[in-house]
Amino acid sequence: MEEIKLRDNHTHSYGIYVLVWLALIVLTGLTAAIAGISFGKLSIVVAILIAVVKSYLVLTEFMHLKSEKRTFKAFIFVALFFILISLTLLFSDYSFYVR
Amino acid sequence: MSTQEVADIHVNRDDIRSRMGMWLFLFSELLLFGGLFFMYSVYRFTHQQDFSIASKEMNIFLGTLNTVILLTSSLSMALSIVAMQKGKRGLSIFYQIVTILFGLSFMVNKVIEWSHEFNAGNFPGSEVLLSRPPGQILYFGLYYSMVGLHGLHVLVGMSIIGFMTVFTIRKKITKDNYVKLEAAGLYWHLVDIIWIFLYPLFYLIT
Repeated sequence: MEEIKLRDNHTHSYGIYVLVWLALIVLTGLTAAIAGISFGKLSIVVAILIAVVKSYLVLTEFMHLKSEKRTFKAFIFVALFFILISLTLLFSDYSFYVR
Repeated sequence: MSTQEVADIHVNRDDIRSRMGMWLFLFSELLLFGGLFFMYSVYRFTHQQDFSIASKEMNIFLGTLNTVILLTSSLSMALSIVAMQKGKRGLSIFYQIVTILFGLSFMVNKVIEWSHEFNAGNFPGSEVLLSRPPGQILYFGLYYSMVGLHGLHVLVGMSIIGFMTVFTIRKKITKDNYVKLEAAGLYWHLVDIIWIFLYPLFYLIT
């Protein structure tokens, strides 16, 4: 019985993936459409936000994070958290850089 | 305890830890590209105008098409795993081959884009490129290194999936043991995520 627990594989269905794919395509169209409109400094923020939403969909659905153990989620949280720290430190320095 | 259970217990296999190992590898990829993204963000911050001018030369149509291609290839990769879970080996092989073909068309588009740039003399170290303002040289330097490294990952991903197809045909990957296919899928999806960020950062600067 232990063996079955160790595998802990989840079966998924085709439908949900097609839906996620549709959402990703719509978001890609949105990114391209928004690029035509100028939001000034906000443009980059909107583009990155959409990219983050798309990555979230790929991570949770395509990469099965949704059905993965908590340990995996904690790992990814830590990895992304350290990237965020590095980025914050980097720009706490560079935002004072004047050309 | 039945003989089947005894046999099961002695199989030295742990899918969860196999996937965890793959994720740890993916984190190293994240750091590799993360460093490049940091470099990009600093240079874009210090050379905003030049980045905007240089990005106008990108082919937005091909960039968007490649995004759609890569997203669709991620779908077919995910579907190949579902097919394997349901025990449909032939269908799984079909989706794996579809994924490889999408990867191939992505690379063909890249060759079209790059040969266009190269013909215009816009390649690293060329006189045409070096005569441009520093910010534009940086933009193209980052473009070639980041998109190039990503393209290399697409090629590696395609060959890994190719091996998985061979394993599936040889029944090394089965309905009850498909963790290899899952790991290949994780790699392919990560390559997809990296492109999700590269696309707006290089093609769509306003």
